Amino acid sequence: MSPVVHATGVRMSYGDTQVLNGVDFAVAPGEVSCVIGPSGSGKSTFLRCVNGLEPVLGGSLRVLGEEVGYSLREGRYRPWSPKEFASFRRRIGMVFQRFNLFAHQSALENVACAPVHVLGLPAEQARRTAMDHLERVGLAEHAHKRPHQLSGGQQQRVAIARALAMSPELMLFDEPTSALDPELVDEVLEVMRGLAADGMTMVVVTHEIAFAREVGDRLTFFADGVVVESGPPAELVANPGHERTRAFLSSVLSQREKAG
Amino acid sequence: MRTEPFTGPSGERIPVVRTRRWGRLAAAAVAILVVGWLVYVMVVNPRLHWDKVAEYLFHDRILDGIWVTIEISVLATVLGLLLGVGMAILRLSHNPVLSGLATLYIWFFRGTPVLVQLIFWYNLAFLFPELVLKIPFTMIGVKWDTNEVMTGFTAAMLGLGLNLAAYFAETVRAGIQAVDKGQTEAAYALGMTPAKRMRVIVLPQALRIIIPPTGNEFISMLKTTSLVYVVAGHDLMTNASQIYKANNLIMELLIVASLWYMLMTAIATFLQSRLERRFGSDAVRLVRGGGRGARLLSKAAA
Repeated sequence: MSPVVHATGVRMSYGDTQVLNGVDFAVAPGEVSCVIGPSGSGKSTFLRCVNGLEPVLGGSLRVLGEEVGYSLREGRYRPWSPKEFASFRRRIGMVFQRFNLFAHQSALENVACAPVHVLGLPAEQARRTAMDHLERVGLAEHAHKRPHQLSGGQQQRVAIARALAMSPELMLFDEPTSALDPELVDEVLEVMRGLAADGMTMVVVTHEIAFAREVGDRLTFFADGVVVESGPPAELVANPGHERTRAFLSSVLSQREKAG
Repeated sequence: MRTEPFTGPSGERIPVVRTRRWGRLAAAAVAILVVGWLVYVMVVNPRLHWDKVAEYLFHDRILDGIWVTIEISVLATVLGLLLGVGMAILRLSHNPVLSGLATLYIWFFRGTPVLVQLIFWYNLAFLFPELVLKIPFTMIGVKWDTNEVMTGFTAAMLGLGLNLAAYFAETVRAGIQAVDKGQTEAAYALGMTPAKRMRVIVLPQALRIIIPPTGNEFISMLKTTSLVYVVAGHDLMTNASQIYKANNLIMELLIVASLWYMLMTAIATFLQSRLERRFGSDAVRLVRGGGRGARLLSKAAA
């Protein structure tokens, strides 16, 4: 089967600052791919390139069978229109570190918003489906609360339900538990575990090594805008091949122990 | 200040002496004397005919003028708000020509006095005797006599509305930019186009930030409409001035007009405070977004 995400030599920069220096990365259908790395290593930027929130400036990034941002016509690559970007992103769910729930809408409206305004579903039908998705993340009884009335963990679960409401073929998680108080991390990871068990293709940028080891099919270590190494999570954690990976893992794991 | 007595070592009550603030009392006395004297010389002034004020307070032409003032204020504000939102969106457009034109509009209408704009619109017929709306290169369309269309009323509405739009565009732009960037990213990630993101996600939040200050715009508009008397818009000020030009009771009619303006402002202020109560706390919450700083702020506020 062809990969859902296939990056070869992806480069990206903010002005003069090189952020991605040739990233090679692949995700197979149904795979849960976890990404770790120090802050500023480019892992979040790469994730944002995957759904076109940041432009790729070199190399090739193929996602769901398309070269992100361009279509090949008559031997030339033509940049996408905003409409083409929109219909591409429809197929990909994204969960943000800061939740980014629509602040003027209730939890239910957040989940029903895109099905109504993007897919054009009738409002009543969208609300019913939205309720099912909230049920799935265990928040049906909070459906009418606004984001500020929910805890961080609840907000992030609404955000996951909102992404799922579009029936995505691929889910991207950008440090979904980093902004949460420690006691709220597990409820979000629990929802993600369920998704993985259902066979969802997921790319998860995270600092939760335990989650990666338990749920991930593959663990990739980013540093300085490149992939340093990648492999089955248990193997990579137990036996890192590079000094940088070892240093990063030991610092993250010791922090966990201190916190625990 | 404390009024409860202290308790001494053997349980006796020791009272607290009240401080006398002589400076404060003196300042208050002087202020009351000055204001009282000003009110007194106005009220007892033999040259001011209070009976005429009472007579004209509910005069038909004054009451008619009040309605026209309210009509012009409401219509000009609505025109200003709608056009202002449009201008703000153009201003924020990535298209340099559109954003440049919006900047030019804002600069032009903020840079020229409203009085000049009112007189300009009223006299539009000097430049364009006829207004024609037709499909280019055909004979299909409609035609009006400019002097019939450009009454004092329409000139007032256009002049004040277009002027307000220029000021309001800047308010709206600030409101749009105050909405957390994460909202836009989430909208894009769900497959919204830029236009849909603006309409469904950003504007509804920006408007909650913008609505409270619009109350101020409307209150200021109520009184700015008095400028309309230069183009004979038949508003409160026009009618009051026409009456005093005939009977020379200038001060009396200015007092009549002022009383009505004060009443309208008081009502508008009351409505505005209700608007602010409805949207104010929401606005603060929206600006703070969901970030780390936001959580710190809300903790500090709690």
